Amino acid sequence: MKLPLYEVFVRSKRGLDHKHVGSLHAKDGAQALKFARDCYTRRGEGLSIWVVRSSDIVASQEEDAASFFDPSDDKPYRHATFYRIPPEVKNL
Amino acid sequence: MIPARVEERTSPGRDGVPPSRGAGRLPSQAALAEFVLALGDDSLVLGQRLSEWCGRAPFLEEDIAIANVALDYLGRAEKFYRYVSELGGGRRSVDEIAFLRDSRAYRNLLIFELPVGDFARTMARQLMVDAFHLPYFRRLSRSTNARIAAIAAKAVKESRYHLKRSRDWVLRLGDGTEESHAKIQSAFDALWGYCPEMFAMAGDEMALLDSGVAVDRSAMKTDWESEMKDVLSEATLTTPGNEWAISGGRDGVHTEHHGYLLAEMQFMQRAYPGLDW
Amino acid sequence: MTDDHLSNTEPEAAFQERVDNEIKIEPKDWMPEGYRRNLIRQISQHAHSEVIGMQPEGNWITRAPTLKRKMILLAKVQDEAGHGLYLYSAAETLGVTREDMIGALHEGHAKYASIFNYPTLTWADVGVIGWLVDSAAIVNQISLQRTSYGPYSRAMIRICKEESFHQRQGFEILMPLASGSLEQKAMAQDAMNRWWWPTLMMFGPHDSESVHGAKSMQWKIKRKSNDELRQDFIDQTVPQAEYLGLAIPDPDLKWNEERGHYDFGEIDWDEFRTVVSGNGLCNRERLERHSRAHREGEWVREAMRACEEKKRTA
Repeated sequence: MKLPLYEVFVRSKRGLDHKHVGSLHAKDGAQALKFARDCYTRRGEGLSIWVVRSSDIVASQEEDAASFFDPSDDKPYRHATFYRIPPEVKNL
Repeated sequence: MIPARVEERTSPGRDGVPPSRGAGRLPSQAALAEFVLALGDDSLVLGQRLSEWCGRAPFLEEDIAIANVALDYLGRAEKFYRYVSELGGGRRSVDEIAFLRDSRAYRNLLIFELPVGDFARTMARQLMVDAFHLPYFRRLSRSTNARIAAIAAKAVKESRYHLKRSRDWVLRLGDGTEESHAKIQSAFDALWGYCPEMFAMAGDEMALLDSGVAVDRSAMKTDWESEMKDVLSEATLTTPGNEWAISGGRDGVHTEHHGYLLAEMQFMQRAYPGLDW
Repeated sequence: MTDDHLSNTEPEAAFQERVDNEIKIEPKDWMPEGYRRNLIRQISQHAHSEVIGMQPEGNWITRAPTLKRKMILLAKVQDEAGHGLYLYSAAETLGVTREDMIGALHEGHAKYASIFNYPTLTWADVGVIGWLVDSAAIVNQISLQRTSYGPYSRAMIRICKEESFHQRQGFEILMPLASGSLEQKAMAQDAMNRWWWPTLMMFGPHDSESVHGAKSMQWKIKRKSNDELRQDFIDQTVPQAEYLGLAIPDPDLKWNEERGHYDFGEIDWDEFRTVVSGNGLCNRERLERHSRAHREGEWVREAMRACEEKKRTA
């Protein structure tokens, strides 16, 4: 199929984020939105749909994962559990 | 490894003037502590400098990103100092090593202690040190000393990302506006002569070379120069000539900025000695 | 879709019905102009507070007493920048730009939390800000997780999750001080004395005097009143201060069995008004420093734009 690929994001409930649900082919954004409705919200899954051309998505690369993500795993002080608060102190 | 004669002086002089390090071969255990200490000092001093950007960067996203780089350096410093502390039998804590020495006993290279300057100055320095650190730590991650190898392996991952950032910034600033071009060019011109020190072998490193604990910095210079040349020319910048070179950091002979950096960093430990924080 | 019947009724009534039924408002929904303005004011003020709030604590990053404390403090202040970023982004869904909001801050049209106009004089201040000021902020932010505007609510949820380390690190800074040398204890008590009342002022004027209060409650932008939040904060904080052995500088503070809450003394509202109107110790410096950094960054942002432009036209 020559049509461009679109990524579909659906908000299932007001207050929640749009979540990636899948992709589809369409000739343009307007058509992608209609197809998304038919393909991904047949069971009342959605209240709002976003479509984005897949080629417009800039993604991190698997081979970069070590330098992208590993440096944050030796920084335990970013987590609340790092701090020892006596059990008798509440609401912290 | 050759069993080392453990000398009493496994840690460098506290506040006084350290013994000369340039000449002669140190016993390997003492050399090891000196070597690791120098790497810790490099990390601490640059981490301290980069942390000065917090709340002052050109925009929020960059403010957050630069703090991440600073945290990587401070984390490295902590790991190196912990090892130094252990090598000295725990007589000095990490914080005593970090905060309770005078300028003469710090072994960081001069390039790390220079003031942050403007954003161009900061990013030019980052490119120069990142382009050095990535291959350096890659080599050091194969050190025969497992502890050093592990710290270096972690640093490789960090530096790979740091280099992507600084390279990208130098390209943008060089090829941005006339003003940004002039600023980043003058930053490279001002810092260039501090770079040769990154490739000079200190006495302790020489002593640790044969056993494969340390790596040969001097062998990395040509590659570094050609990488810098490539990036600078892509950024439409002129690579400075090698007319001048300044060194002294490894011997504890620092710029005048160093004392002020320490005065600020050590304030609490000096004003309230011996307390827990 | 269920939305159809809404368009047949008065839009404002339909909007209010949605809010009353705890249904979140999302960016592209119809909303009263006043709601939009009120939200922009509150979210941008909140964002500015995070960003200006980096300064008093940031003041101690280069002087933190240990390597561990230095890393923690830098990570913490960095988080505040992140929170500012989330909030500016939430406000941008309402049709303002970050640049506009920062401009309004620099021109003095937009406010930020007055607490940040007090100076951090000692290391203990860093602990007290983390513990007291962040606790006060969290009390407020927890209630804001249920705010009616979706993007604001989601930003709050994320922020609350990240904040959990902030107040704990503050309390942990104070523990060795409270059990330390006489100097350390005095340092901690002095910080407590200076920050307690300004922290109580963070919740704003009494409900009876709050200008935006009623409408914000009706629209569920705010979920609890200023006085309710202040009481919540005091009730949870007094036992923590007792644990540390720090005296709270309020002779009228005492447990009221009947109400099930602490009674407390009256806030010095003259001081509150002085600081809010721009005459606190640090107001001018905070704004000046922020606008200087922004000004000094202009050539960098300009270079980025020029670079993008070249790429586009190449």
